[in-house]
Amino acid sequence: MNMMSMKEVGCADLLGTGETLKQFRDAILERTASTGHYNGLKRLEFREADPIRYEKLFSKLRGGLVHARETAKKIAASPIVEQEGELCFTLYNPAGDCVLTSTGIIIHVGTMGAAIKYMIENNWEGNPGINPGDMFTNNDCQIGNVHPCDIATIVPIFWAGKLIGWVGGVTHVIDTGAVTPGSMSTGQTQRFGDGYMITCRKTGVNDEPLRDWLHESQRSVRTPKYWILDERTRIAGCHMIRDLVEEVIAEEGLEAYEKFGFEVIEEGRRGLQTRIKAMTIPGKYRKVAFVDVPYKHEDVQTSNAFAKLDSIMHAPVEMEIRGDGSWRLDFEGASRWGWHSYNAHQVAFTSGIWVMMTQTLVPTQRINDGAYFGTEFHLPKGCWMNPDDRRTGHAYAWHFLVSAWTTMWRGLGQAYYSRGYLEEVNAGNANTSNWLQGGGINQDGEIHAVNSFEASACGTGASAIKDGLNHAAAIWNPEGDMGDIEIWEMAEPLLYLGRNVKANSGGYGKYRGGCGFETLRMVWKAHDWTMFFMGNGYMNSDWGMMGGYPSATGYRFEAHQTGLKERIARGDSLPLGADLNPDAPDYERHIDATATVKRDHQCMTTEDCYDNYDLYLNYLRGGPGFGDPLDRETEAIALDLNAKALLPEYARKVYGAVLTQDAKGVWSVDAGKTSARRAEIRKERLARSVPTRDWMKEERERVLTKHASVQVRHMFATSFDLSAKFRDQFKAFWDLPAEWELTEAELGVPSYGSVYRMDLSKMPDVHTVVLVEE
Amino acid sequence: MSAYTQEQVKNLVDGKLDWDTTMRMLSMPKDKERFELFVHALQDKVAWKDKIVLPLGPHLYIAQSPATKQWNVKCDCGHEFCDYRDNWKLHANIYVRDTEEAMAEVYPKLMAPDVQWQVYREYYCPTCGIMHDIESPTPWYPVLHDFEPDIDVFYKEWLGLPLPERAA
Repeated sequence: MNMMSMKEVGCADLLGTGETLKQFRDAILERTASTGHYNGLKRLEFREADPIRYEKLFSKLRGGLVHARETAKKIAASPIVEQEGELCFTLYNPAGDCVLTSTGIIIHVGTMGAAIKYMIENNWEGNPGINPGDMFTNNDCQIGNVHPCDIATIVPIFWAGKLIGWVGGVTHVIDTGAVTPGSMSTGQTQRFGDGYMITCRKTGVNDEPLRDWLHESQRSVRTPKYWILDERTRIAGCHMIRDLVEEVIAEEGLEAYEKFGFEVIEEGRRGLQTRIKAMTIPGKYRKVAFVDVPYKHEDVQTSNAFAKLDSIMHAPVEMEIRGDGSWRLDFEGASRWGWHSYNAHQVAFTSGIWVMMTQTLVPTQRINDGAYFGTEFHLPKGCWMNPDDRRTGHAYAWHFLVSAWTTMWRGLGQAYYSRGYLEEVNAGNANTSNWLQGGGINQDGEIHAVNSFEASACGTGASAIKDGLNHAAAIWNPEGDMGDIEIWEMAEPLLYLGRNVKANSGGYGKYRGGCGFETLRMVWKAHDWTMFFMGNGYMNSDWGMMGGYPSATGYRFEAHQTGLKERIARGDSLPLGADLNPDAPDYERHIDATATVKRDHQCMTTEDCYDNYDLYLNYLRGGPGFGDPLDRETEAIALDLNAKALLPEYARKVYGAVLTQDAKGVWSVDAGKTSARRAEIRKERLARSVPTRDWMKEERERVLTKHASVQVRHMFATSFDLSAKFRDQFKAFWDLPAEWELTEAELGVPSYGSVYRMDLSKMPDVHTVVLVEE
Repeated sequence: MSAYTQEQVKNLVDGKLDWDTTMRMLSMPKDKERFELFVHALQDKVAWKDKIVLPLGPHLYIAQSPATKQWNVKCDCGHEFCDYRDNWKLHANIYVRDTEEAMAEVYPKLMAPDVQWQVYREYYCPTCGIMHDIESPTPWYPVLHDFEPDIDVFYKEWLGLPLPERAA
């Protein structure tokens, strides 16, 4: 009575061996480090001895994971989950290393694993205890989650009283109760505004969610109905997978299951090395990407003066592929985290890379932590993808992540190209935006939040043999889908006045990037309604490749006091369809002349008010191009013109096309005249260009005299502060004098956080999990 | 493992390969001999006699000079940029789109970057004017040395091919 049990004193003996989970995990890490093979597995004994049985186990588990995802997602009401498939289920061994995963948002292979490891490192088995039938919920971005709207339910799996693994399920919820509505809100500058944050909390026992959790969590968000159905989706999927594991063990025995659970990870590690050797070229690849953070603008309202500055995210990478097929991804030189919601935890960054890699280097069903163990990551502590302060906001970490990974596409694309695997080349991924978000009282009279996932279908990058796909995919979910208009109109009080391919949004090239698309939305039957924009505007984040152009940047269009109610009543013309050429706007001809219109590059805004009949353009970006545009076939140019994927002006200027248009408006391109015009353009290029070293002398002067916008200088200053190596390389390249320096203090902008920071690891009784070289 | 003919690889290079074969290339394990077929297809297309050591882009190669056996970065048109270990961009011609007007030549104003944030650096062959690459960094950004291949290991250890002779 009233005595602590063995569990409370930290001796839960979950493994039946007397070891704690931490001791168990430490031993695996030690065997991995000392042998170079996961868990010391120099041989895959089970696989070698009985490959058919091994494959049978794989197929059954993998099939079950996919099946659970497909079944469970039908429980959800949120179109983000049910239409877009923003969910994923993953099976782990007792150490929290991923064995296999379902399809879907597989970035969470790592994020849920990091949560399990956090529980292991912080003795969750002692307190709050880990028992059969328990459920844990996590969305904490300081311990590995990508952003708070990815809610994970984690269920331990026991067999005969022994912990034999874990299953995790994650869904992207519509709202997290952040400062502003929508799952990936802007405006908050810190974790404390990111919304409801749950740290591996025990939220269920005996397979039932706890009542306090149900009450608290549902009133902590704006969309409780979607929230609870999302949770039921996760629980159902986890329990289906737990049942599957029990079934497999009953059939195959525990020993076979446990052996499989380790060998398949080592197999994944070896598989990555094999693929690297089979597809790439050893050497060093250097790439870089950027994202604009235009927070000085009046339409970005923050609660803190220190966040009101323009800055730029910097993500350089040196990818080194070694002779043995191992590789190192070094992000030295990255800029510091900032007072916005785009920072990323190291696990979000490293785990997310595999979402991308499964679409190129490792297009296999055997996605697990093997690839992680086969990769060396260097993420300097303090940079935006490995913050050193526990206050950082992460609500839209993807904004930086998707942009940073474009470098990897180009690095790998170079390798594939040089090796002759042209079919694998992809110039990059679109910046997956705009994100239409907001909330208020919806058409059903309820408090509501929206996050349009039309961004699931942006343009893809061009390859070395064909154009990118139009409005087809998003880097973060390999099963991109823009969703049905009818479903979005039910989920959002926003009618569609147009949904069209976005002309000129794909980067030009011999093969052009896939075009994005644009939807014109009119507010309808809402009250107290707000929306905001989130995307890139002043910069693009994806470069073109081998002479191809980057895709177009974003811009915003919104209109208020449109008079559309009266125009509809009168039967006047309406703004419909595409915003074909934003330099020659047409929508404005079909709304009141007194309407308030915003058309600019400010694609990052905070919650602003919209009345019924106001307009919002949701422009989803295109992908980058490949190869010199002057090499593009004239037939392809004509096709683009007639599909309104390309404006005639740019067919002439960029592609050198000589055009004619018949009486029916059909464009054709004269191949002979185009060839002659292209020869002229090449001469014009030579006439306007200078030797690179001559230009470098001029640019050096601009560096010496510090002639650049404050946001450019701010980016370099934060990178220099974190990396003497990057600073020295920069100074050496420009041949700058030793005394030249650039600091944040001299810029005249807020530098809050530039000196004094406190990491989560400094908190008492907290053991953080470090999974990269810092 | 699939195998492909020289003609199929030539069609791939020309962007004319049938989709069924392309799909097979995408979905099946990679054919190790592709590199030789690829280089052969390219060698047939260039007007010069230098041996292609490694293709770098649609019009750019590391090639071995028949006379000196030096490896150089070389354009389709025959222009030689530099030693293969150097950054060829430093030996190219550059045009920087760093004004609103220059950006407006390639994108509608609202779909082009703001040059206070980002510029486009177009790298042309100084002889023929082909555009080999576009960088789109912030102002001040050092010219990237994108790719330093380890050709020795690639040929000898990964492909089991003899390394073309290289002058010291």
